[in-house]
Amino acid sequence: MSSIISISGVTKTYATGFKALKEINLDIERGEIFALLGPNGAGKTTLISIVCGIVNRSSGSVTVDGHDIGRDYRAARSLIGLVPQELTIDAFETVWATVNYSRGLFGKAPNKDFVEKVLRDLSLWEKKDSKAITLSGGMKRRLMIAKALSHEPRVLFLDEPTAGVDVELRQDMWAMVRRLREDGVTIILTTHYIEEAEAMADRVGVINKGEIILVEGKAELMRKLGRKQMTLELRAPLSAVPDGLSRYPLELSADGNQLTYTYDNQSDRPGVASLIRDLEAAGVQFRDLDTKNSSLEEIFVSLLRQEP
Amino acid sequence: MNLRAAPNFRAAPNFRAVWAIYRVEMARAFRTVLQSIISPVISTSLYFVVFGSAIGSRINEIDGIAYGAFIVPGLMMLSLLTQSISNASFAIYFPKFVGSIYELLSAPVSYLEIIIAYVGGAATKSIMLGLIILATAALFVPLRIEHPFWMIAFLVLTAVTFSLFGFIIGIWAKTFEQLQLVPLLIVTPLTFLGGSFYSIHMLPGIWKTVTLFNPVVYLISGFRWSFYGKADVSVGVSLGMTLVFLAICIAIVAWIFKTGYRLRN
Repeated sequence: MSSIISISGVTKTYATGFKALKEINLDIERGEIFALLGPNGAGKTTLISIVCGIVNRSSGSVTVDGHDIGRDYRAARSLIGLVPQELTIDAFETVWATVNYSRGLFGKAPNKDFVEKVLRDLSLWEKKDSKAITLSGGMKRRLMIAKALSHEPRVLFLDEPTAGVDVELRQDMWAMVRRLREDGVTIILTTHYIEEAEAMADRVGVINKGEIILVEGKAELMRKLGRKQMTLELRAPLSAVPDGLSRYPLELSADGNQLTYTYDNQSDRPGVASLIRDLEAAGVQFRDLDTKNSSLEEIFVSLLRQEP
Repeated sequence: MNLRAAPNFRAAPNFRAVWAIYRVEMARAFRTVLQSIISPVISTSLYFVVFGSAIGSRINEIDGIAYGAFIVPGLMMLSLLTQSISNASFAIYFPKFVGSIYELLSAPVSYLEIIIAYVGGAATKSIMLGLIILATAALFVPLRIEHPFWMIAFLVLTAVTFSLFGFIIGIWAKTFEQLQLVPLLIVTPLTFLGGSFYSIHMLPGIWKTVTLFNPVVYLISGFRWSFYGKADVSVGVSLGMTLVFLAICIAIVAWIFKTGYRLRN
C-alpha cells in the first residue's frame, strides 16, 4: 500500500526556543485509520498543524499524495480536511452559510446536494438555518466536522475528536469515521484515550516530547500497552491472599479490604471470569468491583522507562 | 528540503475562495447594519448640525466655498479612514481571536487571494459608507463635484490603502486593546488635525509647516480638490503621498506573509 502522507525529518522550534518536534519521520498509508497517541503537550497538534499548513515547520518536508506542502500547497491542502480540537466557529453565521463558505474556501464549485448530504449525515439538516451560537456543544462539534467534509477531502484530520464529548456522540463519530474509511478517506486522529485508539485505529503512533517513539499495528500495540486493573472491595478484610488464588498476581491492600488484579487485555493469563469463580470457591466475598484501563500516562512512564 | 522553495504559481488561482471570503465579509456588514451603516450616518448628520449649521453659519466661506460644503470631503475622509481600518482589522483579528483562522490557513488560498478578499471586502464597505455620507450631506448643503473621476479615484485609493493598513493592525494586534490603540491614538487625531474642518492656510505660522508632516492632510486636500477644484497642497503631491502610503502598506503585508508573522508561528 502506498503512503498518502509522507513526513520526513520534520522539526519545529518555536520562537520561544521550545522544541515542539524533534525529527519526525512518519508515513500514513492510503485508506487507513491512524491514531496518534500522546499525552498533552507531546506535539500532536503541532504535527497536524504543520501538515495542514497552519504552522510553518522549522525543517524537513511533507508530501500529501505526492504534493509538497510548500511548493504545491494548493494541491496538498485541497486534499485535506481538518477538525481542530477547539470549537472555533464564527458564532453569528448560520450552519448552511458556514459549511458552504468552507467549501468555497477550498475552491470547490457550489454543490447544494452534497452539502445537504453532509448535514443530513451529521444530523444537522434541521439546524441548517440556525446560527452556530445557538447550537449545543455536540452540534458545534458536528458542524466543525461538516465544515471539514464540505470540500470532499481525501484525508481527514481529527484532533482529539471525542474530548469532552458525550457517549452517544462518541459512538456516532466512530460510526461516521468508519463510513468515511469505507469511502476511501484516510483518517488521522489524535487522542490521549487508549480506548479510542483501540476502538478505531488500524495503526497507532505514539508521540512523546516531540518524538515518535513507536508506530505499530493496533493489535501488537494493545498487547504491549493495554493493561487493565480490577479492584475488588471485600466484605471482610483478609490477612493474606488465600492459597487457592496463588496463580493470579493479586495485590492485597494494607488494610486487607481491597484486592487488585492487574492483567493484559490480550494475554494468556487466566481471565477475570475464572478469577471470580475461584474467589467464590475460596470463600472470598466482595461488595463491589471496579475495572479500569491503565492510563496512557502510566503506560508512558513504563514505555519511557524501557528506553535506554 | 523545500522550505524556501518558491510556491508553484502555475496552480490555478482560487477565485472561489476570494468570493467566499468577500461574501462573508459583506454579509457581516448587512447583519450589523445598525452599527456599520446607520451609526455613521447619524454621526455625520450631527457634524452637519453642529459644524455646518450652528457654528458654520458664523464662519465665512473658505476658499470661496460655504463652510457646510467645505467640510463634506473631510467628513467623508474621516469616516473612510476610520471605517476602512476598523473593518479590515476586525475582519482578520476576529478569526484570530476565536481561533477560526485555522480554516483560512489550512485552505488552498494564496496570501494575495486572502488580501484581495479581506481588503476588498473592507474597502467596499467603506466606499459604500462614503457614498452614503455623501448622499446624506447632499440633503444638508449644496454640493458640486468638479472632478468626479478623481473623486472616485481618491475614494477607492484611500479605502484600499487604509483597509490594508487595518489588515496589518489586525494581524499585529494580540488584544482588543491593541486593536483599538492605533485608530484611537494615531488615526483619529491625525484626521482631525488633517484639515477636515479647516484649510491649513488658516493655521498660524509654524503650524502650517508642522501640519505638512501629517499624511492625512494630503488625502483630504486632494479629495477636496476633486470636489471644488481648490486644494491646500498640489493634487499631484496628494496623489503621490497616497501612493507612497499604499506602497508602504503593501511592503509590510508582503513581509508579514513572507515570514508568517503572527499567523503561522
